[in-house]
Amino acid sequence: MAEASYPPELLYHPEHDWARVEGEVATFGITWHAQDALGEIVFVETPAVGTQLSANEAYTEVESVKAVSDVFAPLTGEVIETNAQLAAKPELINEDPYGEGWLVKVRIADASEAGGLLNRDAYVATLDE
Amino acid sequence: MTRYTAATDADRQAMLEAIGVASVDELFADIPESLRCAAPLELGAGLSEAEVYAHLRELAARNTSTEDEVSFLGAGMYDHYVPALIDMLTSRSEFLTPYTPYQPEISQGGLQVMFEYQTAICELTGMDVSNASVYEGPSAVAAAGYLAKLANGRSRFVVSRGVHPHARETLVTLCAGYGMSVSEVPLSDGVTDLAAWGSAIDEDVSAVFVAQPNYLGAVEDLEPLVGLARERGALVVCSADPLTLGLLEPPGAFGVDVCVGEGQPLGNRLDFGGPSFGFFATRAEHMRRMPGRIAGETVDVDGRRGFVLTLQTREQHIRRERATSNICTAQALNALAGVVYLSWLGRAGLVELGELLVQRTAYARSALAAVDGVSLLHEQPVVREFAVSLGLRDLEAVRRVLRRCAAEHVNPGHPLGFDYPEHPDGLLVAITEQRSRADIDLLVDVLGRAVRAERAGAGAASAGGEAAE
Repeated sequence: MAEASYPPELLYHPEHDWARVEGEVATFGITWHAQDALGEIVFVETPAVGTQLSANEAYTEVESVKAVSDVFAPLTGEVIETNAQLAAKPELINEDPYGEGWLVKVRIADASEAGGLLNRDAYVATLDE
Repeated sequence: MTRYTAATDADRQAMLEAIGVASVDELFADIPESLRCAAPLELGAGLSEAEVYAHLRELAARNTSTEDEVSFLGAGMYDHYVPALIDMLTSRSEFLTPYTPYQPEISQGGLQVMFEYQTAICELTGMDVSNASVYEGPSAVAAAGYLAKLANGRSRFVVSRGVHPHARETLVTLCAGYGMSVSEVPLSDGVTDLAAWGSAIDEDVSAVFVAQPNYLGAVEDLEPLVGLARERGALVVCSADPLTLGLLEPPGAFGVDVCVGEGQPLGNRLDFGGPSFGFFATRAEHMRRMPGRIAGETVDVDGRRGFVLTLQTREQHIRRERATSNICTAQALNALAGVVYLSWLGRAGLVELGELLVQRTAYARSALAAVDGVSLLHEQPVVREFAVSLGLRDLEAVRRVLRRCAAEHVNPGHPLGFDYPEHPDGLLVAITEQRSRADIDLLVDVLGRAVRAERAGAGAASAGGEAAE
């Protein structure tokens, strides 16, 4: 995806991660800005199903041709599904960061944590600073 | 002021003025008086170059090299013949640096030999990927522990007592830094005790370590050892003697996760203990957790074959404190000697050399076992090294025997009592292709007489006489 985009229905973490909350389940990924800054992504190893993630803590790394970067959990919860396509096609994160490039699905532990995340405009404002 | 002193008094004065301090004493004023040397170091006056040369020559003359005696020393480093071809190639100025370069792609030849070295190590060990080498065998073992920690985050290592004592010590030292504990599994009849191994491995064990052949020369039965560890989700690290891998099944065939070892037997001389290199190979799934540098094959814009340093995101200049190792210097020159040696031997040569070692070792083992008082420490299959018990009281008695042999220019091997107090009169005997049948017959004769003399002396001592020396 060549143009910057930040869908309004997502919640954002200042470390450039997004969450799509649907009831008790949230999907996590990294933002357009994060994949653009990293460049061509060549490797990502998602955590195993059943792993407990804590909000604001790194749960995996993405590796590009020039850097390795931590990926932070926007919310606390247990991994219930991972994006199996990424092992063979890590470039999906570059091509479609909010769609096919998602990383994990999590059963949210505490729905109230979502209130601490940024909306689209607040996140985009952090990028301009 | 001597010619080897970098800074003159005037240089020092200028530096002191630049930082606004009156004297060197004032510069070090923050260091408590009690911690400072009261007087200059007692270094004596300087020597002229000719005097230094004479002094060093005198010191060097006190060394005994394996060319001055008939040596059966091994215990991890072996006296193999190093063909002149190796010096000829490794001393070429294009290669003559131990460093992997920081602008590596300019040195295609250097990267190509690293790539070929890695290919040879993968074929030898049966593993998927190899790095461009690490410092030596023991640090390769310790680095394998860190890979396991990164892979599964568990808290404990289990190490067979058949792993080289230096490697066990290095692992214990380094893994304390990332909060691991190490427990040891004893040997039983020369090989890792399978029952103790099984009960030592639980769900907290990150990796297990075994040597092939082990320190006592015995060939381990890897299949059950690997199986028990993998059942419990522990990684298996095998430290192997590369020169035995022309004969033994490669560790990779048993499903080990990491195969490491000391590279010295491959074309590197003993050189009084080093430098040498360590090899490090693993399965593809652990490739991103591997330490050190990795040369990769690629094509340039015109489609021509070329080489790069690859997977650099593991390394400290990119990953900083989370790097997979904090060494990125390989022992490239020593590893080059290793790959030249393997090319010189060739596939068939490596197998022939292994067969020769097995035959001569079997001959030496049975000849020594026939000496009065000497017995085999274990009867496991061996390749190039074996352990005997000399039937003596303690390590001191073994050392007296070795001194008697040294007087006849024979070095029968390495006493086990230093590292294995459970075998106080044990002796580790190594055979290389440089030891002929006549050399082995000499060993049997000289060691046999020395042991008899020691036993006679000890008998006299216990009868109230003077201990023989």
